[in-house]
Amino acid sequence: MTDYVTGDPIVDGKAPDVALENRWDERKFAAKLVNPANRRKLRVIVVGTGLAGGSAGATLAEQGYHVVQFCVQDSPRRAHSVAAQGGINAAKNYRNDGDSVYRLFYDTVKGGDFRSRESNVYRLAQVSAQIIDQAVAQGVPFAREYGGLLDTRSFGGVQVQRTFYARGQTGQQLLIGAYQALSRQIDAGNVEMHPRTEMLDLVVVGGRARGIVARDLVTGAIETHLADAVVLATGGYGNVFYLSTNAKSSNATAIWRAHKRGAYFANPCFTQIHPTCIPRSGEHQSKLTLMSESLRNDGRIWVPKRKGDTRAPSDIPEDERDYYLERLYPSFGNLVPRDIASRAAKNQCDAGYGVGPGGLGVYLDFADAIARMGRPAVEAKYGNLFDMYQRITAEDPYQVPMRIYPAIHYTMGGLWVDYDLQSTIPGLFVIGEANFSDHGANRLGASALMQGLADGYFVLPATLNDYLGHGGLDEVAPDDPAVARTEDSVRDRLDRLLAVKGTRSVDSFHCELGLLLWDHCGMSRNREGLRKALERVPGLRAEFWRDVRILGTGVELNQELEKAGRVADFLELAELLLIDALAREESCGGHFREEYQTSDGEAQRDDENFSYVAAWEYGGSVAGPVLHREELTFDHVHPTQRSYK
Amino acid sequence: MKLTVRIWRQAGPATEGRLVSYPVDDVSPDMSFLEMLDVLNQELIANGEEPVAFDHDCREGICGSCGVVINGQAHGPERTTSCQLHLRSFSDGQVIDVEPWRAEGFPVVKDLVVDRSALDRIVQAGGYVSAPTGSAPDAHATPVPKPDADLAFDNATCIGCGACVAACPNGSATLFTAAKVTHLSLLPQGQPERAQRVLDMVDAMDAEGFGGCTNTGECVASCPKGIPFASIATLNREYLKSARSGRR
Repeated sequence: MTDYVTGDPIVDGKAPDVALENRWDERKFAAKLVNPANRRKLRVIVVGTGLAGGSAGATLAEQGYHVVQFCVQDSPRRAHSVAAQGGINAAKNYRNDGDSVYRLFYDTVKGGDFRSRESNVYRLAQVSAQIIDQAVAQGVPFAREYGGLLDTRSFGGVQVQRTFYARGQTGQQLLIGAYQALSRQIDAGNVEMHPRTEMLDLVVVGGRARGIVARDLVTGAIETHLADAVVLATGGYGNVFYLSTNAKSSNATAIWRAHKRGAYFANPCFTQIHPTCIPRSGEHQSKLTLMSESLRNDGRIWVPKRKGDTRAPSDIPEDERDYYLERLYPSFGNLVPRDIASRAAKNQCDAGYGVGPGGLGVYLDFADAIARMGRPAVEAKYGNLFDMYQRITAEDPYQVPMRIYPAIHYTMGGLWVDYDLQSTIPGLFVIGEANFSDHGANRLGASALMQGLADGYFVLPATLNDYLGHGGLDEVAPDDPAVARTEDSVRDRLDRLLAVKGTRSVDSFHCELGLLLWDHCGMSRNREGLRKALERVPGLRAEFWRDVRILGTGVELNQELEKAGRVADFLELAELLLIDALAREESCGGHFREEYQTSDGEAQRDDENFSYVAAWEYGGSVAGPVLHREELTFDHVHPTQRSYK
Repeated sequence: MKLTVRIWRQAGPATEGRLVSYPVDDVSPDMSFLEMLDVLNQELIANGEEPVAFDHDCREGICGSCGVVINGQAHGPERTTSCQLHLRSFSDGQVIDVEPWRAEGFPVVKDLVVDRSALDRIVQAGGYVSAPTGSAPDAHATPVPKPDADLAFDNATCIGCGACVAACPNGSATLFTAAKVTHLSLLPQGQPERAQRVLDMVDAMDAEGFGGCTNTGECVASCPKGIPFASIATLNREYLKSARSGRR
């Protein structure tokens, strides 16, 4: 049974064919520049104001472009990057512990299980150091040591201390830095900011991205915004699983609409499950809360050695505890990469060793850390995380071990982009989590902030110059038929949603879809389960369009209508996700296929047949995608089975 | 547990609002306050009534989107955000009033949703360090004493939720403005613009229709992030110093 058509291979033609370490310099030098006087005449749309979008909008405006920027929240300061806790990686080697650009590059390619592009990852490592400089210059209050220099810590999958942090609120502090830079440009009139406005479609004229159709979420007005280039910085699609660590408004609509207009969608099945989240407490659960991976620096993960042991953790003596990560992976211990830690927790729980309600949890214990460092030191390092845990669970983690369980957290997949971060639609650039570019099949901790800011501050502003510098962008008339067509299709879709007047709420569909995906396409996947889910999704989608109930009108603030549009898109994206997961008959990173594992239960990659990026073209219907393979070559980091033992 | 919530319903900025009472049966103490509103909304939808509009996003207390006045207190009885407040803070059978932020600077958009864009405009007036991308020296070029960095961080944790404004009898945004002024004036990077920043931000705050500060301290009591009261003193000192230096 074939779920898709195979199309021509795709290649990234933008990375220069020179030595790895010279590629970015070479690309920047070869890129066309735009005369400062001409930049003012060029409009760039940026959708999203997280780390990637905020930093891009501010930087492009500083360069002199006229930026028109959008976010769905009431303020650009609220994008979900704000919730990132742990830190940001950078190859500064301030610790003198053997770090280097090459080592960060190496760790990231290996951590991604050899499914990312060497060129992109090397560039990411190269610009990482500049990000820290930039953030400090903006006044980002990173943690410091008594000498006044920046403090760093370790993260999973890594043996050096290269992670800069601001207590457990690194994302917030970096985002506020970008937001303030953006605010400065708004005040200067260089950025036209549209908060509470949602992009609902992409305007493509003459094969190029030339604008968006957006809905003002307060008045319901549908408006077309035209520009010379469009940048999507709209984040990942983790909320397709309903329960995730993403914010409630995080959605895939912008990238999915762009996909349906011609942008290829790469590796949708590469989704990341974060090992340390607070387990769900009941049916009503609306989202899951992450506990930063940085906790694994000092916390020890364990389960009781006896199945179904219901004693309080303090009553379980040391020799009746199984510190399974330390036992299975002695050299990395509790700091193995996320995919490995998540799967290990699932295996323990599936085997009956789990703790807490339903046996869906493992302990993360700080007793040893408190004994070793003293409570004040633990408080200084993790205080806000402990408080957050206590607020949610009403348990004091200084006294009893935390209970944690894996949850959907991040999506490595996203719109396919070349080395310039340009999608398959000329003029459409995709940055941050919304693209697929740098993390392969698994993202290392503290690398999302790095990538978002690398894309926004340093990479996109250089490559966008090249696109705009080539010119050929005639003005699009507001009455261009493509504009009218796009606007009409947006209006028509909203009208159809409102006209259903069925019986089931949007959330009930979203929950059902999420559970289906979590069960069959979550932490581990197999052919039979994926097939089953793939059979159910079209039916669920049809039911949605037949029976969804949305009250109110389209010409007011209508949060149900907003959600409905997003869930309708998730119901389509889910199908591609399943098709991709079925097609990738290997296990790698966050994609674990039960059929493909080693004798000791580790992921079994198949480099001979699957060392490629799966770039999916919309084939005119959700059911008929076209697969374009981008072969990956590894000239520097040679694929081996990842070992963290 | 069972609760009765009396919620402010207002169709739009120009229409009149009123409190409407709803029973919420079968909720659990482990639910967050917003999950209780989710449950209520699902019931309203099932009954063909329009659900209650409220702002929320991350639901982990960091984005600053959510914020309602609960029984007269901004974010309710605990010192946290509305999303991190749990029903275990209430008793079975309790009647709970839920209202939007009330302040001159925050017009109501719909139900519990208000327009807080005035806070953004205060930041736009000067709440930043001018450091264009690419111009930064090495991060270790200027060491920052740890106590300064820590206090700057404490002030930088403001999430811009607006609870301070809602709690203030004067509807003042002084704590919000003070947090940003204190954060940036403590750091070496914030020095060049230090004097102008505080003048411009205070001007913007006044222009947005926020009230003056009378040191009531309600803002500090309701701040989910614990922005220190002392920051208001810092703001006043910075303002006086800058005003007297003849910058205006």
